[in-house]
Amino acid sequence: MQIARVIGDVVTTIKDANLSGIKLLVLQPLDPDGNATGRTLVAVDAVGAGVGETVFFVRGKEASFPFHPIEVPADAGIVGIVDHWDVEKPAGL
Amino acid sequence: MQLARVVGTVVSTQKHAAFSGAKLLLVQPIALDDTARGTALLAVDSVGAGVNEKVLIVMEGRAAGEALGRKGAPVDAAIVGIVDHVDVHE
Repeated sequence: MQIARVIGDVVTTIKDANLSGIKLLVLQPLDPDGNATGRTLVAVDAVGAGVGETVFFVRGKEASFPFHPIEVPADAGIVGIVDHWDVEKPAGL
Repeated sequence: MQLARVVGTVVSTQKHAAFSGAKLLLVQPIALDDTARGTALLAVDSVGAGVNEKVLIVMEGRAAGEALGRKGAPVDAAIVGIVDHVDVHE
């Protein structure tokens, strides 16, 4: 799983039937310091996240598990909204 | 999932049985500003996408098989939606 910021949403009318009613959000993965890192991606939302929020997401088929038994064709899914996170720098840095 | 642009069609006569009747499209992943990103790839299409359309693709085997409606199909990418628009608030 990775931490990311929700930076946008994707609107689709014609889509796989098992995606209907599911929110699609654009994610920018973050490094431990909160800086953007890596490529943006689109994820299904299982927790009611919104633009501007910091979330954590899962990659792979597991992204569809929150929607069981619906077999959602997704490879990335938001599974939590991050309240805050703390990184402890090793002493001396 | 990734945003991509459909750049072409692929025709194949001799292929695995799981592909029969499936439409194969050549898609180019794109960034939020519509610039090409990475290598183009083949994706099965289950939503009726066409060349030049912006689409949403999954790049994971089981999800792609589900989109195709055939579990266990030897696929690793599928088009699952046609994108109307993307709103970025950054």
